Amino acid sequence: MLREGQIRIPSGCAISGIMNKKGRVFGGGDIINSIAVMHDRSNGLGGGFAAYGIYPEFKEEYAFHFFFDHTAIKNEIEALLKKNFIIASGEAIPVRKSNSIKDAPLIWRYFVRPKHRVLVKQEVDEEEFVVRFVMRVNSEIDGAYIFSSGKNMGAFKGVGYPEDIGEFYRLEEYSGYIWTAHGRFPTNTPGWWGGAHPFTLLDCSVVHNGEISSYDANRRQLEMYGYKCVLQTDTEVVAYIFDYLMRKQGLPLDVIVKAMASPFWHEIDRMNKKEKEILRAIRVVYGGFLVNGPFSILIGTNQGMIALNDRIKLRPSIAATKGDYLYVASEEAAIRQVCSKPEHMWMPRGGEPVIGLLETSQPTCVPVRTEQEKIAINS
Amino acid sequence: MQTIDASGMLYRDLNELVRDSISRGVKEICLINVNGQRYIGDGLAKDASTIIEGTPGNDLAAFMEGARIEVHGNVQDGTANTMNGGTIIIHGDARDALGYSMRGGEVYVRGDVGYRVGIHMKGYQDMNPAIVVGGKAGDFFAEYMAGGIMIVLGLGLAPDEDIVGNYCGTGMHGGVIYLRGEVAPEQLGKEVKVVSLTKEDTRILDEYLHNYCRYFGVEREEIDKKPFRKLIPYNKRPYGNMYAGW
Repeated sequence: MLREGQIRIPSGCAISGIMNKKGRVFGGGDIINSIAVMHDRSNGLGGGFAAYGIYPEFKEEYAFHFFFDHTAIKNEIEALLKKNFIIASGEAIPVRKSNSIKDAPLIWRYFVRPKHRVLVKQEVDEEEFVVRFVMRVNSEIDGAYIFSSGKNMGAFKGVGYPEDIGEFYRLEEYSGYIWTAHGRFPTNTPGWWGGAHPFTLLDCSVVHNGEISSYDANRRQLEMYGYKCVLQTDTEVVAYIFDYLMRKQGLPLDVIVKAMASPFWHEIDRMNKKEKEILRAIRVVYGGFLVNGPFSILIGTNQGMIALNDRIKLRPSIAATKGDYLYVASEEAAIRQVCSKPEHMWMPRGGEPVIGLLETSQPTCVPVRTEQEKIAINS
Repeated sequence: MQTIDASGMLYRDLNELVRDSISRGVKEICLINVNGQRYIGDGLAKDASTIIEGTPGNDLAAFMEGARIEVHGNVQDGTANTMNGGTIIIHGDARDALGYSMRGGEVYVRGDVGYRVGIHMKGYQDMNPAIVVGGKAGDFFAEYMAGGIMIVLGLGLAPDEDIVGNYCGTGMHGGVIYLRGEVAPEQLGKEVKVVSLTKEDTRILDEYLHNYCRYFGVEREEIDKKPFRKLIPYNKRPYGNMYAGW
């Protein structure tokens, strides 16, 4: 049999996201139907979802989702968790037996809170402690991966077509206010369970269509701040860049977006003095976080959903709104499948974000938006 | 006329039905509830007409050789990819890379188009492809254009909206672009210059504008309110010395 790489499978990844800006939860059926329309963009080597608002009964605990290669490593991890965290609950993530999903690892979740005395001893806050724990497990412990670590959210992913992964994880049984999805067509890196999208850290999740050509430059920059890139997929850096710029640097969303998809120097040259000064500063200070290459990404957080394209839009994205819902997808058909008559539909420009914040969110600043987006999102 | 309900149908099954019908001599097909099915009308050489209700998937009418497709809705990426002949009428918007490497035929879009529209369109002797856009176009419009005609009308633009994005005509070395509106020098590729229209240009434009108004029920006076600008390349071989300069 010819293996992937020896035959050409014409496709590209697919992404889709749905959000209710009032924070009202809805089932996982819509996002599965939406991503399934774009079946031919992926090749069965990866699919995944991120869902927000799904664990209200444990909303104060960090929800760790684990892949374990075998029971021995699970026991080792549980001992490590007990040492560092108070475990409110732990269980195998319910899955449905399916012919299309094979060779699944052991998949478990634990709802945990760091022990106070551990935090005091290490002199870090809760979130930083969790980030360090995730980095430590993923880089140092063979056979165990934490693929989700936020509060009241979760990632569900694996090797298979996204609609099959959705069925496998029984996602129609969960309710969330933001859902993102990914269908994978791996180009440069292996298709394995940990390498499927979304990539997450705390409550930040990323699904991505494209290629991060600046992966190594970004990785080197991130390593200086303690992030370890071990999942063999370029998209991983986007999750950590976002975590660093938002959580650790406390930058406003519009500045984060300008750091990741900066305008070209010749465009900056044409701006007014103040804009020029700000953008020059962003490019100089955060140059190592400039994400280059073709990309269309969807970032989820507990506060909302952000879509961003590379500066010259080498990957597609379409956005739409209807009532309290915001939709973003690689193809229009993926939106229409679950939203029969969108009120507004537009093609975001390269480097121009679509920022969908919950009405209850408290962003660190009011993001700069184009008139069209203002109308679309606020109406 | 034959009607096919495409709800939930896989693209292979749908396209097989369409090809079968046309080879049996059906002259007009209506596809309803289309959503995301790819490759509709690809390589169609027969003199047949297909009406599509919904959102057809990527690569609509790729390599099409002479049929007619009318879409009541928007079309996705790569429509009219390497199309050789025929007509596509789109009553909504088109997305990225419409008319990629197009070599013949005509595409009319009532609304806006995305990035890289008409990239590497080409023409030769009696093969002279054309794309007419009613609204605005995204960046890299007519990039590496080698032949054919591209027309943007800029109808319904807000006062601060540009008729084309950046890098318009970058690497262009053949063909002609007609823009009904202003374009700033920094929006243009360095291979392109703006010139005034000749009588011959007005005659060519007239034919396409007539069709546009007829297909979409637009008043010609509305279009005639604003003048056109013509964009042509400085040089037929802008990269002639790039790799082989001695």
